[in-house]
Order: sequence, then structure tokens, then C-alpha cells
Amino acid sequence: MNTQDFSGVFVFAQQVDGQIARVTFELLGKARELAADLEGEVTALLLGHDIAPLAPSLCEGGADRVVVIDDPALRHYATLPYAQALSAAIERYRPAILLFGATAIGRDLAPRVSARVRTGLTADCTELAIDPQTRGLCMTRPAFGGNLMATIVCPDHRPQMATVRPGVMRAIERAPVAQPRVESFQPAIPPPETCQLVDVVRRVAHEAELADARIIVAGGRGVGSRDNFALIESLAAALGGSVAASRPCVEAGWVAKDRQVGQTGRTVRPSLYLAIGISGAIQHLAGMEESDFIVAINRDETAPIFAIADLGIVGDLNQIVPALIAGIGEARQNG
Amino acid sequence: MKIVVCVKQVPDTHEVRIDPATGTLIREGVPSIMNPDDKAGLEAALRLKDEVGARVTALSMGPPQAEAVLREAMAMGADEACLVTDRAFGGADTLATSTTLAAAIRTMAPDLVITGRQAIDGDTAQVGPQIAEHLGIPNASYAEHIELDGDALNVRQQFDEATHLTRLSLPCLVTAIGELNQPRYMTPGGVFEAWREKQIRVLTRADLALDEGDIGLKGSPTRVKKSFPKALKPAGVTRRHLTADEAAQAIVEALKAQRVL
Amino acid sequence: MDFTLSREHEMSRELFRQFARREVEPLAREIDEEERFPRETVEKMARLGFLGIPIPRAYGGQGCDALAYILCVEELSRVCATTGVILSAHTSLACDPILAHGTEEQRQRFLVPLARGDKLGAFALTEPNAGTDASGQQTRAIRDGDSYVLNGAKIFITNGKEADIYVVFAMTDRAKGTKGISAFIVEKGTPGFTFGAKEKKMGIRGSSTYELCFADCRVPRANLLGQEGKGFSLAMQTLDGGRIGIAAQALGIAQGALDKTIAYVKERQQFGRPLAKFQNTQFQIADMATRVEAARQLVYRAAMAKATKRRFSVEAAMAKLFASAAAVEVTSMAVQLHGGYGYTREYDVERMMRDAKITEIYEGTSEVQRMVISGALL
Repeated sequence: MNTQDFSGVFVFAQQVDGQIARVTFELLGKARELAADLEGEVTALLLGHDIAPLAPSLCEGGADRVVVIDDPALRHYATLPYAQALSAAIERYRPAILLFGATAIGRDLAPRVSARVRTGLTADCTELAIDPQTRGLCMTRPAFGGNLMATIVCPDHRPQMATVRPGVMRAIERAPVAQPRVESFQPAIPPPETCQLVDVVRRVAHEAELADARIIVAGGRGVGSRDNFALIESLAAALGGSVAASRPCVEAGWVAKDRQVGQTGRTVRPSLYLAIGISGAIQHLAGMEESDFIVAINRDETAPIFAIADLGIVGDLNQIVPALIAGIGEARQNG
Repeated sequence: MKIVVCVKQVPDTHEVRIDPATGTLIREGVPSIMNPDDKAGLEAALRLKDEVGARVTALSMGPPQAEAVLREAMAMGADEACLVTDRAFGGADTLATSTTLAAAIRTMAPDLVITGRQAIDGDTAQVGPQIAEHLGIPNASYAEHIELDGDALNVRQQFDEATHLTRLSLPCLVTAIGELNQPRYMTPGGVFEAWREKQIRVLTRADLALDEGDIGLKGSPTRVKKSFPKALKPAGVTRRHLTADEAAQAIVEALKAQRVL
Repeated sequence: MDFTLSREHEMSRELFRQFARREVEPLAREIDEEERFPRETVEKMARLGFLGIPIPRAYGGQGCDALAYILCVEELSRVCATTGVILSAHTSLACDPILAHGTEEQRQRFLVPLARGDKLGAFALTEPNAGTDASGQQTRAIRDGDSYVLNGAKIFITNGKEADIYVVFAMTDRAKGTKGISAFIVEKGTPGFTFGAKEKKMGIRGSSTYELCFADCRVPRANLLGQEGKGFSLAMQTLDGGRIGIAAQALGIAQGALDKTIAYVKERQQFGRPLAKFQNTQFQIADMATRVEAARQLVYRAAMAKATKRRFSVEAAMAKLFASAAAVEVTSMAVQLHGGYGYTREYDVERMMRDAKITEIYEGTSEVQRMVISGALL
């Protein structure tokens, strides 16, 4: 394989029901940096049906060009038609780099495509950079349950493929583009005979599962009562996060068992963990200490939770939480 | 019906710790376990066996010690087990691994292949769909429910915002998630039988007629350039004697810095 | 000499440990508090074959060995001593004598459902006036045609009322003393067989301890276990095996208390640092761990002697004598290290300390074990 035949940074622009996934813009933001280092272009690959109107927003988000593959078979995500369309696009456009969001769709599609075109794929990256010497892509990802980081390269195969963890890369400010470059590509997508998508059921108002939650607001014994636990719920709602609890709250019947974080509950690693009225028993810490950012509010300044909190507030949660909910509301309005 | 379930022996990553002095991974004393998603996949196969009758083969690729998870699979109820092992397979990335496993599966001609969604040591979730691609069969990832329907399998797949109901004709591949079921326990008699009476079939490179360029390090497009411990968290800040509003403000500022707000 | 467990034993232990942590531990406090027999746990154990671990497959068991069974009692007792003794009484005291002394017909009729877990077993030797001196049996069994008629009472019967099948001892010929004692298999529901008062105990409070009453209870001759007049030696042989089970229970309790204490002293802060940083704590933990490990070696050795069909009477007595003392000491040290919290029911060591004491008493007190050991030496 002559790696010189491949150029440009491509992004799989995930859309579901005409909504472009947020991670797509994050990928475009990162792709811009990579393309700048490579002096190349950013191309967004937009797959779906009747989705051409979405293309300009991708240019606004950082794509130099959008390639639209519009086909009825792509109306809903299905592995085989999408893999077929994408493989055809790789053959046609020969990208040096192809990025996916590490979403459920991205992590199903990317491996199937990588096996088809026989190239390397790195999962769930949290950092991407161009090696100035080789001009290859350095893909950094956590391994061993996040205990170890590894930087992966794909020296002799193209495209260099990666899925990227949502919420890690930064989208650029969207700027209007006078003349978005949008082109259409229409590979043949024969309907798969071995696999049919029978139905798609949206999960309406489905509360984010704790294990996948990016923001978790957890209450502990210090919350005091079942009624007072509404404070935790309100704060979670204000942040768009999920509610969790330490064991005493579950045992007291304030919260359902499936909300329990800790050794005998769930292990979580959200971007933000707010521990409210939680002293931080070792069993609780075991379930949340890997969180990216931990905020603790507790009256007892010797509580072990403060040892692992990035920001600890010694004080009365009954006063601080309402103030915080108000503060978040203000910040959202101004932001 | 013939079902092949891929199971991987993994270190229990909950037990992995970093040496605070050297910043390296302490692997010693970390128990090896059957990868949890794979265990859900095995349970799904055993339920099909209970319901409609099936011959369940547990398949693993790894060093000779990986035998333990295959014995465990048999102690849970798998009929037989096969270990794909060879020094030549060492250093394989997901593409080389899936190529090797696909070659082993091809020799078994199963109706259904089940893998876990992802292994807790690598967390790539790539090997399942890649095996399906190599075998040229359809795959349904993230199965939270499966149901055999004649010569097809109905699968409920858990995507981020929606559930997909997919119908796949056999043979096909499914990747299992924890929500699929609650895996059964082994039985004491099953454990004794698995160790004392059952054999594990060993497949090496010679048995699989694989090209040298497709396996191990040579068959792996990706390379680990370096690995390093996650940067240790800097010590946090504890603020005392703030008014409620000051405290709220301090948190809001932190959330902005974390790009939560 | 190899002190490591075989891989099948290691994997069995892992199975028992997982089961204990997930299914047994969450109930331990509740069944103690409510003095409630954990029927649901027994049913779960039955489905997984735990009720017939050392029994051959031909008789509905798992075909493992005495050591695998002991590992199960240990791991259960590590989180809940009540669950440990339920299994021990069932396996060692009911299944074992029927396997060892039953006729083929008795094994099929009684052992198979016991080992499969369809039925639960119990053992009835102790009487108000026959404890350590088991020869003072008052319960009588009078031969009448094709049956025996039982009259009398048994006390402190583990699994009483909950069990379906009882191995009961009675005098068939009072003139012959211990040589006049015989063993019978009595099923729950047999007319004349009723349950008296439930004991209110210090520990193992979820275990069902009852008085058994026999009033003209007619038991078919086919239910005579072993030969007439051989009941006493059958009881003593059975208790030799049972002692390994109780020793394993004691070992499990001690290990459980050590587990809880290690976790606690790492977490609990006094004078600005964790208790684990104090030398007193470190030395106490070292002593506890050493006692636990010494007990383990004795218990496993006794179990292996039984598993390999060697004599194990003295080994079993030593294991029980030492392990039960270790359980009492280690749980007491555990409570001490927990301080005031350790004395509250919020903490498991409080229950463990109460549970430990019985292991020095039942299935032969520590004094009886010393008699057995010295009897073999002097």
C-alpha cells in the first residue's frame, strides 16, 4: 500500500433522524487542527436519506467539503448498508485519516469498515495528534479500565481510522460559509438480504444510564431524608445529569437500588461527579474515584471525600445546593 | 444448532492499581476473569441450548493460561472448548485477532457466533464486528435481547438514543452486552467435570492455514507507540467558610472550566 | 508437600465466594435481626447443587469431594455463619451417614432428594439429658412388627422444622447402653413426630433450632439406618465428619471478621490518620491473620484426609478445637479494633462475634475435642 496515495482528514458525520450528533462537530474541530498540520483538507462524509440540507452546517462547523451519500437504504442506521457506503467512499476518496465518534453507531460501523478495507482502527481515543516526523496520526486512548494510556499509530495502512470519545475534543465556533462545498456521491448500496432492520424504537425520556452518564449528581446520608433528596434531583435536572446515591440512601429507601454507586452498586466514571452529603466511605469511592472531575459538598471537613475531590466545599448542602441551582440557571442564560 | 461463543480471559481491571511510587501498572496479584460481556454472550448461548437445543463451543484466543476461562465456560455448561494459541499470534491487534478467530470459527461452521461487546482490558468493541466482516455474515451489535425465529434471529440492539429491532438470517454474529441477561453460576460438579474429565481442543497456526502476513504483529496495521500511566490527578482544592452564594459561584466557575456549562 | 489447592478446588472456591457475596451477604444482617431462616438462599443453593457437593453423581450429588464441600461452608460462613451451618448440618450430618451406612434402597429414597436439594436434612442426637454424654439417650424405639415406635424428645436440632429428613437416634435396647442405640431416618409429617419450641439463640440466629417430639411415632423398619445397636458408633463417625464442617464454619467466621476489620482500619481515621497506621492495629491484624491461616491448614488437612479415605478423627477434632477458638478470639479482636462501632449492630463484626461462640460448643464442645485428641495419644 502506498500511503502517499491517501490524503485529507475525513469525518464520519453521524446523524440520526436529521440531527447531527454533537460529537461530529467535536471531530470537525479536531480534524481542522490535524488538517492544518498536514496542510490538507477536512471532508465530512454525510450518510442518510433526505439529509442534504444538513450539509452546510458541517461546513460551518469546520468542514472544507461535505460529501453527501443519500440513499433510501441509509434512512436509519444499519450496519451493512452504512459499511457498504463508507467503504465505497474510502475507495473513491482515499482519505489519509477517517474519524468517527465513539458512539454506539461509530463503534459498530468503524470496525466493520476497517475489516473490509483491511486497515487499522483505534477505539475510543481521547487525544489525536500528527507526528511531525512521520506525519502519521498518533492516537491516544485509555486502556486497562482507564489505568493506562496508550498511543497507537498505524504506519503502513490507510486510512488511519479512529473512534473518538464524545465530549473530549472541542468544536470550533460555527461561522457562516458563503459557498459551502457540497458534493454528492452515489455508490451502489444493494439491500442486504441477510439482515433487515425491522423497527427503530426511540427511547423517550429515558434517563441516561448511570454507567454512561457524563454528569452524575449523587446524594449521601448527609442529605438527611427522602424529601430532601428532591434537592439532588433538582440539581441533576439543572445540569442535565443523572441522579445517584451512596449506600445509606438506598438502604433508607430514599432512592432505588439501581442508583447506588459504590462497591456493591455501580462503578461510574463520568466527566463530572457531584458528591453531596457523601462522606466518602471507601466502598463508595471505589465506585466513582475514576470520575474526571469531582466536586464535593459536605459539612464535615474531615470527610474522606475531600481527599479525592477536585473541588471541595465545606458547608451546608441545604443552603449551597439551592444557590447552585440558581447559579447554574444564570450561567446557562448568559452562556 | 451450533453456537460458537468467543470468550476472553482478562485481568479484573477493577483490581488493577497504579504503583504510586513508579507510576506503573501493578499487574501482580490481579485476578484473571472471564470478560463480563463475553459471559453474557455465553449465558445467551446456554439459554438457547436449554430452550431449543444447541451445541455450545467456547472459543478463546490467548496464551495457554487462557485455558482457565474455557474450563469456566464448560463449568457453566458449554459442551466443548477450543483454545487458539500460538506464539505466532502474539502482538495481534484487533484486525489480526479477528482474522485469526474468524479462521478458527470457519472450521466449526456454526449457525450463530456470539461475542461480548467489548473486553474490559482493551475496551475496543472491535473484534466482534470485524469477525463478522471476515466471515461475510451480518452482525448485530449491543444485543440486549435475542430470540430465535426459525432460521433467523431477532435481536434488540441498544443504540445510544434508540433501540433497533433487527432480523438476521443465520449464520450471523451477535455482540452481547450486560443487559442481555444475568449469567448463571457454575456448578461445583461442573467445575470438577470441566477440569477432571473434559479436554480442550487446541488450534495452532498450522491448523488454521493462515498467511503469516495476516496474523500476529505482522498482520496488525496498528502499533503501540508508547504507553504511560494516566497523569495523576493534581490535589484538589478545599474551600471553607464560604457563604452559600460564594460556594455556588465557585462551583459554577469550576463547571465552566470543565466545559460542563 | 504442596499446600496449594488444585485448580478445580480454586475454581470451586471462586464460585462459592461469588455466590456468598452476591446472594448470601446481602441477607446476613436481616436474617440475624429477624431470626428468619433463609429459605430463599437454601433454594438457590439447591438449584446450583450446593446441597450435594461431596455426594457421588449416582446419588444425585455433584461428585466433588469433602474439600470442595468444606470450601463452600467456609465461604458461606465468611459472610453469614447461619447459612454455613445450614449446609453443614444438611451435608455432614444427614447426607453423609445415609451415604456411609444406608442401604441402596435408602440411598435412592432419601439421599438422592437430599443431594439434589429437593429436600433438606437434619440430625437429632442431643437430648435434655444427653449432650456431651450422648450415651444417656432417653428416646426409645420399640420394635413392633414391621416398624419401630419412637417416644421421646430431641433438643437443639439444627434445621429443625425446616428439614424434611431427619437422622434420629433412639434406644432400642436400654440394657446394652451405647450398644443399644440405633439410628432411624424419620420424615417430616410422620404421625407422632412434631416440633416443640424454637430456641432463641445468641448467634446463628437465622438457623432454625427446634425441639423434636416423638409420641408413638411409627417408623417403618426399612428406615433403620445401619444395624440395630450400631447407632452410637454411627453417630460418632458422623460427628467426626461434622466437626470438619463446623471447623470450616469457624474458619469462615474468623476470615470474615478479618476481612471486615482490614477494610475498617484502613478507612477509619483517629488522631488524623487511619487506624491501619498504628502499630497496635498492625500487630493485632497480624495475629488475627496468623490464627486464621493456622486454622485453615488444620481444616483443609482434615478435609483432605476424609476426601482420600484416610482416618481423620483426630485431625477433625484438632481442626475444630483450634478453628473455633480462633473464631472466638479473632472476632473479639475485630470488635475491639472497631471500638464502639463494633459493639453496634451497624457493623457485621458484632454479629460475627455472637456467631463464633457456638462453634466451641456444638457437634462436640472443645472439651470433647480434647478428649478425642488425647484419647488417641495416651
